[in-house]
Amino acid sequence: MQRYILRRLFQSVLALLALSMLIFLMSRLTGDPTMLMLPDDASREDIAQLRHVLGLDQSLPVQYWVFISKAVQGDFGRSIKGQMPVLDMIAERLPYSFKLAVVALCIAVLLAFPLGVLAAVKKGTALDTIANVVAVLGQSLPQFWVGIVLIQLFAVRLRWLPVAGVGTIWHYVLPAFTLGWFVVAGMMRLLRSSMLDIMGSEFVKLARIKGVPEGSVIWKHALRNALIPVLTFGAIYLAILITGAILVETVFAWPGIGQLIYQGIVFRDFPVVQAVVLLTAAVVISVNLLVDIIYAYLDPRIRYG
Amino acid sequence: MTTGELVRTESVVRPVRWRLAALRRAPIVPLGLIILLVLTALLANVLTPYSPVNISLPDRLRPPFWEQGGSLAHPLGTDPMGRDLLTRLIYGARISLLVGFLGLLVGGGVGAALGLIAGYAGGRLDALLMRITDTTLSFPIILFAILLVVILGSSLLTVVFAVALVLWARFARVIRGEVLSIRERDFVAQARIAGSSSVRIIMVHLFPNVLNTLLVLLSLQIGWVIIVEASLSFLGAGVPPPTPTWGSMIAEGRDYIASAWWVSFFPGLAILVTVLAFNLFGDWLRDALDPTMRQL
Repeated sequence: MQRYILRRLFQSVLALLALSMLIFLMSRLTGDPTMLMLPDDASREDIAQLRHVLGLDQSLPVQYWVFISKAVQGDFGRSIKGQMPVLDMIAERLPYSFKLAVVALCIAVLLAFPLGVLAAVKKGTALDTIANVVAVLGQSLPQFWVGIVLIQLFAVRLRWLPVAGVGTIWHYVLPAFTLGWFVVAGMMRLLRSSMLDIMGSEFVKLARIKGVPEGSVIWKHALRNALIPVLTFGAIYLAILITGAILVETVFAWPGIGQLIYQGIVFRDFPVVQAVVLLTAAVVISVNLLVDIIYAYLDPRIRYG
Repeated sequence: MTTGELVRTESVVRPVRWRLAALRRAPIVPLGLIILLVLTALLANVLTPYSPVNISLPDRLRPPFWEQGGSLAHPLGTDPMGRDLLTRLIYGARISLLVGFLGLLVGGGVGAALGLIAGYAGGRLDALLMRITDTTLSFPIILFAILLVVILGSSLLTVVFAVALVLWARFARVIRGEVLSIRERDFVAQARIAGSSSVRIIMVHLFPNVLNTLLVLLSLQIGWVIIVEASLSFLGAGVPPPTPTWGSMIAEGRDYIASAWWVSFFPGLAILVTVLAFNLFGDWLRDALDPTMRQL
């Protein structure tokens, strides 16, 4: 187990290094990042000074070393708009994104588990069809548009819920539902197919022969085993959540990281976008590592495989 | 030799048999919609008397014809700049389809090529390529697409590359899986014994056998590509204004949710119908060409 963890840890560090190198090289795609960091009307002296401050007169490997050692110390430079340290901006917004994501994930799990299990158990019935429609729509609907339509319906027409922003618990309803629904589609399909596999397996038959009540067979014996593939997709759900958060936070004016990215695009605020991408890479890779370790702990075949 | 020939004939001939029987069962509605959409995009300048970009402020925010104050001159109303919404929708189809097809061409091409190489080469190269593929798949790669657009500035070409960046891994993974099973078949071994080069084996023996899978993947992914393009446009990282794109039209309507619902509603509806049509068509193509790929 220790060896497995060490190996995965090493791979994760390697992946993070590769991604940071990719980000660094992307920032040099135009040749000179000073163009990205200064406003268009910057004077020649400004450009020359910034080039010197950033050490752009040095070789690429040296520049990368400076970039990465600063990043490790939490120095991601200053935002072009507002001139705040990027790290402070991120730290200020992170709690909002985190809270929204947790609520969205809870909604997703509460919807996806019953729907996925029942769609498998009652295969071919109207319920299965409904689950299928939810899944197909989840793949065909643009998430940001769903958010806007929900605002029109529940906030503008019916006046049940606030339009956007944060404040009360009601502000969570629409954004969290919009964000969570897109995880539901994938999670439900996966759970349905893995439940179908498990329901046909020997130990489920045995449980039934022994006379275990059907509810217990489904929700205890089968579901527990059907959850393992869902767990392995944890990182993918995280990716869906992060991608979705950019769009949903923009639609609902939610003051999180996603909205920060949006403002980064609007103002072409390169240091902000770069820092968010780098930090997200670190988070995703860490979560991947954690999921793998949990998985290896649960299933010994993995760590010796 | 005989077994090899047999296996190969079987896998290559299948589409021909399929064409005769299954084409009659083609899904009329999605297929019709797709054809209609392509024609609309091609004939945009014939179909509408208005310009998609010329601003006409006196006409701003006219409602659709069935609402009070609307008229058939602007069937779906006008946007905050006074431009005809239907006209912009029609021109917007051009960008969606163009970026969709080009993005698929680049992303699908690179992905398929890497999948073929990884699957055929095996060993360390395969392990490395698949490691990169898996990392890409489990990563919100759209962030990299956004970074790319912020660095290079938005243009059609940047958006196509951004889409390809998001897309390639999905192709590499599946095609590589296909190649792994085909590689072990007799005709590949025989080609190797006969002295064929690796390039020849990949192009002549492997590629035609993954073509079915590739077609199905292309048709299943195009809807998703259109959503990615719309998302980038919505965030302001797509093809820059004044060119109409469905995503940026939704963004323009965001400030008028309370007063002019139609501005952001219809572009979203257009995306929904288009993506649904492509997805249903892709589902059918998958079942017709290769029912074993159900889980894709």
